Parts: sequence; structure tokens; C-alpha cells
Amino acid sequence: MSIAANNIAHLGVNLEATNTPISSDDRNVAIKVLEGTPLPTTRTEAWKYTRVAKLGKISFTNEHADLQDISNFIIDETKCTFVFVNGHYAADLSSREIPSGVTCSLLSESSAIGNTTLKLEGEVFNALNTAYLNDGVEISIDSKAQVEKPIQIIHVLKGDHVLSNFKTRIHAGKFSKSSVIQGFFTVGDGTNFCNSTTEISVEENAFLTLEKVQYESESSFHISTEQVQQAKSSTFSINTLTLNGGLVRNNLNIEVNGENCTTHLNGAYLLKNKQHVDNHSVVDHKVPNCESHELYKGVIDDNSTAVFNGKVFVRQDAQKINAFQSNGNVLLSDNASVNSKPELEIYADDVKCSHGSTTGQLDEEAVFYLRARGISEKAARKLMVAAFVEDVFEKIENESVQSFVNRLLKERFEWDF
Amino acid sequence: MIKIENLHAEIDGKEILKGLNLEVKAGEIHAIMGPNGAGKSTLASVLAGREDYEVTEGSVTFDDEDLLEMETEERAWAGLFLAFQYPVEIPGVSNINFLRTAINESRENRGEESISAKDFMALVREKSKLVELDAKLASRSVNEGFSGGEKKRNEIFQMAMLEPKLSILDETDSGLDIDALRIVANGVNTLKSKDNAAIVITHYQRLLDYIVPDFVHVLHDGKIVKSGPKELALELEEKGYDWIKEEIEA
Repeated sequence: MSIAANNIAHLGVNLEATNTPISSDDRNVAIKVLEGTPLPTTRTEAWKYTRVAKLGKISFTNEHADLQDISNFIIDETKCTFVFVNGHYAADLSSREIPSGVTCSLLSESSAIGNTTLKLEGEVFNALNTAYLNDGVEISIDSKAQVEKPIQIIHVLKGDHVLSNFKTRIHAGKFSKSSVIQGFFTVGDGTNFCNSTTEISVEENAFLTLEKVQYESESSFHISTEQVQQAKSSTFSINTLTLNGGLVRNNLNIEVNGENCTTHLNGAYLLKNKQHVDNHSVVDHKVPNCESHELYKGVIDDNSTAVFNGKVFVRQDAQKINAFQSNGNVLLSDNASVNSKPELEIYADDVKCSHGSTTGQLDEEAVFYLRARGISEKAARKLMVAAFVEDVFEKIENESVQSFVNRLLKERFEWDF
Repeated sequence: MIKIENLHAEIDGKEILKGLNLEVKAGEIHAIMGPNGAGKSTLASVLAGREDYEVTEGSVTFDDEDLLEMETEERAWAGLFLAFQYPVEIPGVSNINFLRTAINESRENRGEESISAKDFMALVREKSKLVELDAKLASRSVNEGFSGGEKKRNEIFQMAMLEPKLSILDETDSGLDIDALRIVANGVNTLKSKDNAAIVITHYQRLLDYIVPDFVHVLHDGKIVKSGPKELALELEEKGYDWIKEEIEA
């Protein structure tokens, strides 16, 4: 592959080498892709509404930073908590009481990381992540293990011009039940970049829930990719809660490889100022008799922009698929914007699929009604906004995640849910 | 309690109210009747503070305060209540949570303590019984999936919860069957006291069989053109509105 103009291979230059044992095959491919692929522009269909050119102009490092207190970032009190600061494991902030039936290891400590399931070709951020991986966690749930407490990963960026290439690998064994929390945060308002990938394999009859909370500064960049494989009769749920972040791009790719699977994709994004949040999801139904439910809702204020692109594939012969997709947006300002594109590509003929997208403003008649009952205008609007996104938040089963999110909403938007 | 003088109001540049005068004292029930397009609902909207309407002339004094200077929510805090002709469905907002917020905001603005959860629930039980509103409906999203009758009963339930000084019932009888009408009227009658008052806006005399007004006013072309005792309603029912129009023109 030749060297492409405007590639981001140079982003690796100032990064201190790490010892994560990515397979040399993957690393070589990744480096080639980095050199041979230009940074996407808005002419690239998948990046039509999201500009990342600025990323190529920043000289990032992956230097260490000291962090004393992360109490504000602890979502769940679980004792199985891995904390990373600038992509480096912070042993003193972590607690590694691993529940029985679970194996967790740092990627930097492992002898070899299995081959990646990420698509590298044409995917510069996956390639960057693979070629210059800082660290991450590998989680393996034993077959039949019922893990009550979540496994928690807290990722914090601190300083300026810091890039963390971070990875989580989750293997949920047959008939197991478990949940993982990922929290992405920043300290200060540096121009930092979290480039995270998560590779997930959900085995037969396993239940896995991923709670992803994003609360990074308005000056930060966050690009993440979840690559999920579901084996037969498995259930995978993900709640993506984007409560802050300058430029956020979430790529969620779910391959449903086995029959009788259930998939839940829930997302809420609440934007203000100049934030830009882009959720791209793909559910690929390759086999029959599965169901997927996708619900994303957003509230967009000030000059912020939200992008939703949800694609559902139903392959030929993947009959009896129930796939539902819905995206709703409320614009709170004249300068806020939304680009919503729900897509269904169906090649089977006996399926039940629906998709819908709505974008509107708060129902002024309802606001008037609430005010006429004695609720101040501000409180009435908050109540309406809360009611709008509530059906996403109510899907969060973990109560500590719920109360943590409520705290952040109060902190950032003065919303009481 | 409320004094409306020479009220002129327009919407989108079209004048609807053209010099309306009305005074309601504590303990009274006034019925406002009139043909479609007379300005009945406009009057209700202007009094509640709906921003689509512009008051171009006149004044409204509510308990010695200038009502027109107050925001919609301030009017509610001062004790004004509008039962909507078309109650709004608000998915996701719980009926009783929002009522509790409303009651507490009102109390806070009057410098009173907020209502305890226990007292509030007791009040919900008492008042929902009054309008025969299923307790389950009380805890559902505001008006979502309610039948027409349930929505109107919910309006009276909210009125009972908020204990306003002045209630304005905007065509509360429209779309109600006779049973629902009786229940709604019973709620209004039970809540009546010497300290509060009601303005009942209606197109038909039917409601006034159940809520007996002290005065009946006929609204025509943005003005009250005739006032009288409750018997006036019966006369209107019998003869329609045309004779009044003729009387005015004569």
C-alpha cells in the first residue's frame, strides 16, 4: 500500500512505545493502513457530518499524569475497578478483587493478545488504536458464571495533547451473565483524544450488558468502536450515555452470528454549547430468528450538533427477524442541529422491521399546560426534556449507573430526574 | 375577586375580544355562553396568559393585582386555574409527580412549607375519589391514553388538588357523556365555597343543569351583550342565540 496524503501515521511519532503484545500481523497491517489511508473527510460517506481533520494537526503524546482523587468518576462501588490515566494503568487508584468465575488481566501484562476482530482496512482510528495501543483490560467470564457485581473500567485523560489508544476485550462464556461498565472522563480542559476500541464476544446463551458513560470535556475528542459478536441464544445490551465531550464518535458494530439472539442498543445524548456527538451503529442479522431493539434519544441545545446513523442489515435467509430502530431528537435552540439517518437493508422476505426518526421541539402546548398548573417555565421545560429521554434511562438496570448519570445531569444541566 | 374592564385582545392581528366587562366576586359562579366564534375560549386563554394572544386594551384585576402583568405560572400561584378544553397529553410526565411539583412551587411562592409525601398521597386519594378518577390514572403520564371523559375528570381532579381561588372551566362539558358530566359537575359543586369562584364557559345549557350559576352572560362578537339570572340559560337553550343578535341589532 502506498503512502496516502493526509494520513495520520505521524500521530504515532511522539508516542512512547508500550509493551502491549498486539500480534505482529495485526500491528503490521495497522501500520500499513495508517500510512495508506487518508484521514476521513466529509466526502467520506460514513463521516459526512463529522469533521476530524483537526485531529491530524495535533501532535499528541501519551505521557503519564498524576491523579490523586477519582472519587467523582467512580460509577459503581464494585471492588473490581480498573482505572487508567492517560491510557496507563493506575494501580493505586484501582482495586482488583476479581469476582469468582472472572479472569481479568491488563493487556500490558498478558503474554499475547489474540488477533483483533476489528476491521482495520480503511479504518484509520482502529488502525491507530492497534498500531499504538497503550493498554487496556481483557475480561473473560467463565461458562455458567453468574457475576452479580459489574466489572468497572474508568478511563481518565489529564493534561494537554494526550492521546490514549485504549482497548477492552470481553469474552462472555456460555450460559454466563455479567455486566461491564466503561466510564470515560477528563480532568481539566486540555485538547485530548481518547481512541478506544472494545472487542466483545458473547458466547451461546450468555447475557452481557455494557454500560458506557461518556463525560469528557468540551475540548476533548473521543472516538470509540465496539465490535460485538453474538453466538446463538445470547443476549447483548449496550447503553451508551453521552453527557459531555467536544467531539464524540461512537461506532457500534454488532454481528449477530447465531440464531435466537436478542440485542438491545440504547443511547442517550445530551448536548449543549458547541458539542458534536455522532452515533453510528450497525446491527448485522446474518441468521434467522433473532430480535434487535434500538432506541437512541437526544436533546440538542445551543450550537451543538448530533448525528445518528443506524443501520440494520437482514441478510438473505435470515428469516423471522424482528428488528426495531428508533431515533428521537429534541432541539432546544435554533442553532442546534441533527442529522439522523436510520437505514434498513433487508434481503430476507419474512421479517418484521421498523425504523423511525423524529426531530422536533418541545411541545409548547404542554409547556403552557404545566405552567398553567403553577410550574415555572424553566422547571416545565426540564420536566419535558427529562420525560423525553426517560425511556432510554429507564432501560439502565444498574441502579448505581442510573444515580451516577442523574448526578451528572444535575451537575451539567441542572436537571432533576 | 376578578374584574375585567374593557378587555380587547387579538390573535395574529385579528381582534377577538372587543371591550369585554365582567366582575366575579368570591362565592359566585358565572356562566359564559355564546355561539361559536364569540370569543369564549379566547377569554379563557387570555386570562390564563397564553402568549399567542395580545391584549391591546383594557385591564384585568385579580385580587387587586394586575393579572395581565403576571406570567402564566404566577397566575396559577395567585390562585387562578384553567380547566382546558383540550387537556394536553404529556408522555413521560407522571400526573402526580407534576402535581406535587406544581403544589410545592405554589406553596414556595406563597412562603409556605412544601407538602409532605404522606399528606400529598392522602390528598390524592381524597380528591381522586371526588371525581371518581381511578388511582391508577392519577399516577400515569399526564392524560396519556385517557379517554375524553377521563381527561376532563383529570382536570377537575387537578383543580381539587390545587384549590384555586378562581377556576375557569373552558367548555369542560364538551365531549362528555351524561355520567361524566354529572361527575365533573359534582366535583365543581363540592369544591364551591364562599371564598372561591368559578367562570364556567359553555356552549350548551346542559352543564348548567348540574352546575347552577349565579349569573349567566351571553358573549357575542367579543363582548358580553346580555347578563341575567340562571333562567337566561334556559331561555337561550329554548330560543337559540339569534334573538339576542336581533335584539342587539335592533
